Amino acid sequence: MTDASVPQNVAPPPAEVDDVELYHAHSWITKYVFCQDAKVIAIQYAGTAIAVGVLALVLSWVIRLQLAFPGAIPFIDANVYYQSVTMHGMIMVVYMLTAIFLGGFGNYLIPLMVGARDMVFPYVNMLSYWVYLIATLVLVSSYFVPGGPTGAGWTLYPPQSILTGTPGYDYGIILMLASLILFIVGFTMGGLNYVVTVLQARTRGMTLMRMPLTVWGIFAAAVMALLAFPGLFVACVMLLFDRTLGTSFFMPSLVELGERKDYVGGSPILFQHLFWFFGHPEVYIVALPAFGVVSDLISVHARKNIFGYRMMVWAIIAIGVLSMVVWGHHMYVSGMDPWFGFFFAVTTLAIAVPTALKVYNWVLTLWHADIHFTTPMLFALGFLVTFVNGGITGLYLGNVIVDVPLSATLFVVAHFHMVMGIAPVLVIFGAIYHWYPKITGRMMDERLGKIHFWITFLGAYAIFFPMHYLGVLGMPRRFYEMGETAFVPASAATLNIVITVIALAVGFAQSIFFYNLFRSLKHGAPAGGNPWRAASLEWQTPETPPGHGNWGAHLPVVYRWPYAYSVPGAPEDFLPQNAPPMSGEHSP
Amino acid sequence: MSVMGLFFILLFSFAMLWLARQGVFASHWLEEGEVAHHGRADATAPPPAAKVGLAIFLAVAGCLFSLLAAAFFMRGDAPDWQMPPIPGVLWFNTAVLAASSIALQLALVAARRAEFERVKTALLIGAATAGLFIIGQIWAWRELIELRLFASSNAANAFFYLLTGAHALHVVGGLVALARTTDKVRGAGRVTRALTTSVELCAIYWHFLLFVWLLMFAMLIGWTDSFGVICRRLLS
Repeated sequence: MTDASVPQNVAPPPAEVDDVELYHAHSWITKYVFCQDAKVIAIQYAGTAIAVGVLALVLSWVIRLQLAFPGAIPFIDANVYYQSVTMHGMIMVVYMLTAIFLGGFGNYLIPLMVGARDMVFPYVNMLSYWVYLIATLVLVSSYFVPGGPTGAGWTLYPPQSILTGTPGYDYGIILMLASLILFIVGFTMGGLNYVVTVLQARTRGMTLMRMPLTVWGIFAAAVMALLAFPGLFVACVMLLFDRTLGTSFFMPSLVELGERKDYVGGSPILFQHLFWFFGHPEVYIVALPAFGVVSDLISVHARKNIFGYRMMVWAIIAIGVLSMVVWGHHMYVSGMDPWFGFFFAVTTLAIAVPTALKVYNWVLTLWHADIHFTTPMLFALGFLVTFVNGGITGLYLGNVIVDVPLSATLFVVAHFHMVMGIAPVLVIFGAIYHWYPKITGRMMDERLGKIHFWITFLGAYAIFFPMHYLGVLGMPRRFYEMGETAFVPASAATLNIVITVIALAVGFAQSIFFYNLFRSLKHGAPAGGNPWRAASLEWQTPETPPGHGNWGAHLPVVYRWPYAYSVPGAPEDFLPQNAPPMSGEHSP
Repeated sequence: MSVMGLFFILLFSFAMLWLARQGVFASHWLEEGEVAHHGRADATAPPPAAKVGLAIFLAVAGCLFSLLAAAFFMRGDAPDWQMPPIPGVLWFNTAVLAASSIALQLALVAARRAEFERVKTALLIGAATAGLFIIGQIWAWRELIELRLFASSNAANAFFYLLTGAHALHVVGGLVALARTTDKVRGAGRVTRALTTSVELCAIYWHFLLFVWLLMFAMLIGWTDSFGVICRRLLS
């Protein structure tokens, strides 16, 4: 089968860009600090994201300790509790997950997987990281100003987020908004790079429909992020003006502590629209790269081509498009026209179709496959289970009539932690175990990896699964203290203690991962160029770890898709993308 | 949010058309051996990376301005909404920005014909008129402030400052790029292909800014009020 639109006598055009004029580092500073090499930027991005992620993990312990032992720990007062909830949410969603998937894996994998020497705009790429770092520092600095960070909740809903009763009224909220604005500016620079690199810098033979699904996932997520983040940008700028200049974009007329404020006529609902216009796509900005990575992990470690490649690509595109028109389902409880709610319920449930398609295809890829239960594979399978679980509760909550009573309960907490907390984090771990040999040239310890997996996977289930029950009982989220209620039995408090103990244990258990990560740098078994015998392009670099410019003297030429596993008649059970065709090779 | 709907339908159609041309409907993964990059039959050179980068940036900036417009129409419903009187200088500014856009288009035409002196003059005229536009916008702000119409006194004033401010910042950013291009042209002494690309990018960006300004101006002087009413009917 050939492409009819391309005349056969015309040679394929050479790589789409002339080899980018490569930037060369001259000193230690430009090589490791202010570096324009995407691989170094990737490590910087991931390192920063993991560092703030650990901070957010510690904050989650503060939340859990208060929920299990209300008032027992003296320094956790209501302010500290709300500040912890806010910072935990914001850091995990924006500064950790978004940054590590796009800034970390995107930077490292896109150029290698599409066969480019580097990103298309390396200088802008470097700038992107430094602006991100400044944004992170501004955010963390709010711990060191009078009043501390804002406690408005990660959604920052006005009017409460900029009124005096909310902790962090003086500086915390201003720093939070400034930090988000910076993050978006930095991210836009990076996102532009990822998209243009995928479009322009693919090597010869690497057509769109031959890209690994990881690249498709990151590409689609980057496009969505570029279109969704302006929503948060506009919301933050306008909220900042409401707070500092006294404008009334979002602030209605109100009386605070017996004193009439100067605000008049503003619309808090407008903020919610702008915020969720960003907020919902954000879920898929995190999920799509995870989908892509999981597809690759499953295919490599099951030694089988991905089932339904074209469906997988179109599902990614469909999810991306649909996710831009579902934001209203976060606002069912804000009150809306019933037809409006109906529209959003329909689009929300419609997303389940392409998502379920992907799940079926992963399962069918595993069907009758030669499954190797390596650590990355375990994490990929853990993702599958967790994601299906979180997705199904999403179907409940997508319906207006079910969402309204459950919205303010722990059921929602359980749902989104399963679907966009635990599931993507499992993928991040799997991806690190999978690509670590390429990044460092050494393997991570398998035994420690498996221990890490089982503790994390089972532990995360033990933490979040019972929360569904607490939510159905009516246990509210966001509450600092429950007090005496008629409808919550005493056993709920016991369950809360159990969850907290497990959360602490699972949190500490992550030190196994960090020990493995750092120990393997020096003492891991040498990996060689392609330890997993994978077919995609990043494993075929002449050097491991890939050198500056990735490909030595000549760019690779791609002859097939990245999932040529167990091809009948092939000498090995995989065919690298850049291996010249065998005589008589047939379509896989 | 109807504005966003329109914007996305437009963007989505472009993206789909483009994806189709890039061959997402072909089954390259089923083939072995090399396949051509593009579905293009004529195998022409692909656009330079910077141009694709600009196109995507314009999509992002377009998204930003659409969101601001959406917020403008949604907030405009409130009973306290009182549009400020529009300073007459804005009409002059509109003409100046249009002139700037035309100057850059002329620069592009001249660059394609490799007429070096003309490129230089046209770029300088374009930069000067854009600078004049910024000064004019500041003048308009001053007029409003003298009338004691502050951002905090009415949300409509705040939107006036926000919209014109956001647009002016984009013009200033464009001026930085234009200054660098002009500098390169003067340094090179003749028109090269890379310079033509730079001039082209500046011209495209300028047309975009003019387009955004025209829509924004129409919003500010109230020509789009009935559109706002339709939007609110649709989604509220």
